[in-house]
Amino acid sequence: MLAYLIFALTIGGIYALLALSLNLIWGGIGLVNLGLVGFFALGAYASALLTGAGLPVLFGWGGAIIVGAIAGLIVTLATTRLRDDYLAIVTLGLAEVIRLVALNERWLTNGSDGISGIQAPLKSALGNQGFNIFYLVLVSAVVLVVWLVLRRLDRSPYGRAMKAIREDQELAGFAGKNVLGFKVQAFAVSAAIAGLAGALYAHFQSYVSPDHFQPLITIYIFLAVAAGGVGRPAGGVLGAYVVVFFLELTRFLPDLVPALAPAQFAACREILVGVALILVLRFRPQGLLPEQILPAPKS
Amino acid sequence: MSILLQALLNGVMNGALIAVPAIGFTAIFAVLRYPNFAIAAYATIGAFAAWWVNVHFGAGILPALLVAFAIAGCIGVGAEETALKQLRGAGALTVAIGSIALNTVLENVVRLFFGNDLRGYDLPLVPDWRFMGLRVGPQQLQSLAFAVVIMAAVFAFLRYTRFGKAMRAVADNPDLARLKGIEPAHVAMMTIFLGAGLAGVGGVLIGLDASIDPLLGFRVLLTVFAAAVLGGLGSIPGAVVGALAIGIAEECALLVVPATYRSAVGFAAILLVLTVRPRGFFGERAN
Repeated sequence: MLAYLIFALTIGGIYALLALSLNLIWGGIGLVNLGLVGFFALGAYASALLTGAGLPVLFGWGGAIIVGAIAGLIVTLATTRLRDDYLAIVTLGLAEVIRLVALNERWLTNGSDGISGIQAPLKSALGNQGFNIFYLVLVSAVVLVVWLVLRRLDRSPYGRAMKAIREDQELAGFAGKNVLGFKVQAFAVSAAIAGLAGALYAHFQSYVSPDHFQPLITIYIFLAVAAGGVGRPAGGVLGAYVVVFFLELTRFLPDLVPALAPAQFAACREILVGVALILVLRFRPQGLLPEQILPAPKS
Repeated sequence: MSILLQALLNGVMNGALIAVPAIGFTAIFAVLRYPNFAIAAYATIGAFAAWWVNVHFGAGILPALLVAFAIAGCIGVGAEETALKQLRGAGALTVAIGSIALNTVLENVVRLFFGNDLRGYDLPLVPDWRFMGLRVGPQQLQSLAFAVVIMAAVFAFLRYTRFGKAMRAVADNPDLARLKGIEPAHVAMMTIFLGAGLAGVGGVLIGLDASIDPLLGFRVLLTVFAAAVLGGLGSIPGAVVGALAIGIAEECALLVVPATYRSAVGFAAILLVLTVRPRGFFGERAN
C-alpha cells in the first residue's frame, strides 16, 4: 500500500509539472497546447535516447528540456502571428506526428516495442524501495522549484505583461509590449517544462513506448489546470494531484461493479473525466484556487 | 505514369469523402467562431448509427446515410445545447476546450456500447473495375457520387433557402444579421445540426471504405482540420478545394513515404499554408 502511494504521488508530481507547463501558457498568456502529450513524449524519448547513448542522466534531462523548447519554438513561430485557434490545431497535429514518428522510426525509437532498460539513477545503490522514495523526493523537489520560479514569474512585471496580453493583446501591443516575443518565449518555456516532465517519467518507469503517451493525458492535464485554477501556478499543482487521486481511485471500482468489462470500465472513466472538465469550465471556471490579481506596485 | 494517375484518382476520391465533414467543421466555425473538436465524435456516431440500421434492419446505403445525418445532427444539437452553449461567454478558446472534453465523452459512450472491435458494413463484395491500367472500386465510386450529391445539396441549401441565406448572413456579419431580424440562436442551432449531420455522413462514407471503430472520427480529425485550414477556416468552397488538395497530396506523398505517415501529410500541409498563405485559398484575412 505504501509503495502504491509513493508511486501515485510520483506520477502526481509529474502531472503537476505538466499542469505548471500548461498553466504558464493557458493561464499566463492565453494560448493552449493541445499537443502537450507530444512534448511530454519528446522529452521522455530524448532523455531515454541520450542516456542510452552513454550520457549521464543529468545530460539526458538537459537534452529533454532543450528538445522540448526547440519544438515549442518551431510550433509557435509558424503560428503565433495568427489567431490562437490555429495554434490549437497545429499543436494537436504535432502531437500526432510525434506519435507517428515514435511508432514508425524503429531505428531510433524501437517502434511500438518502446525503449526499455532506461537508466534509473542510483537504483542499484538504493534498492527498489529506496529508489522509489528517492525518486518521489526528487520529483517533488523539481515540482517545488518549478512552482516557485513560476510563481515568482507570475508576480513579476514579466508575468503582468503576459496577463495583459492574455486579456487584450492589441492593447498590450499598443502599450509597447512585444506580444509575439512574449508568446514565443512563454510557449518555449512551457514546452521545455513538459519535456522535463517527460524525462522524469522515462527514468522513473525505465521504459517508454508510444502507448504511454495517449492524447487522453492532455485532457487529464486540462482538467487538472481548470479544476485547480487557471492562472495560478499553485492551482495547477493541486489540480494535478486531485486528478491523479481521482484516476487511481477509479482503479478500485471494477471490484465494486463487476458487471462491466475492463474496456467498458475504461470508457466510463474517460466519460467521467470529460464530464468533469465540462462541468468545471461551466460552473467553476476559476477553479479551486482562484487566480489572485495583485495590485500593481507603486512605482 | 499510371502510378501517378492512380494516386491522383485515389486522392480525388478520398478528398471528396473528407470534404463532407470538413464542410461541417468549417460551417460551424463560420457561424459560431470556434473550432469544434467534437466533429470527430459526430463522425463516429454517424458511422455507428448507419452500421446499426444496416446490419440490424438491412438498410441500404442511402437510408443509412439519412439515419446517420439525422442522429449525428440531433446529438450535435443536444450536446451543444447542454454542454457547450453556456461556455460561449467565456470565449472561443474555452468552447474549443469544452468541445474536446465533449468529444472524449461521446467517443467513450460509443465505446461503452459497442466496444473497441472493428466492424464492417454488411455490403456485397464487388471486384474492382479496371480500365486503362487504373483500378477503382464500385463502392468507392458510389461513395464519391454520394459525396458529390451531398455537397451540391449543401451549396443549394446555402444559396436558395431562407435558412441557408440566414446562415451566410450571420457568418458574414452577426450584428448586421441581427439588425435584419435574423435570430442568431436559431441559426446557430441549425448550423450545428447541419455541421454535425455532415460529419456523421462523412463518417459513414469513410467507414464504407474499410471498417469502423470508436476512433474513426479522431483518426481523420487532423485531415479534416487540414482541409478546412487549407481552404481558409470558415469558407465552405474552401473546405471542398482544401479536402481535394489534401487527398491528392496524401496519395502522392504515400508514393515516397510509408503509408503510416498518412496523417502527417495533413499536418505538413497546415504548417506550410500557415507559413506561406495564412488565410488559405479562400479564407478571410486572418487577424
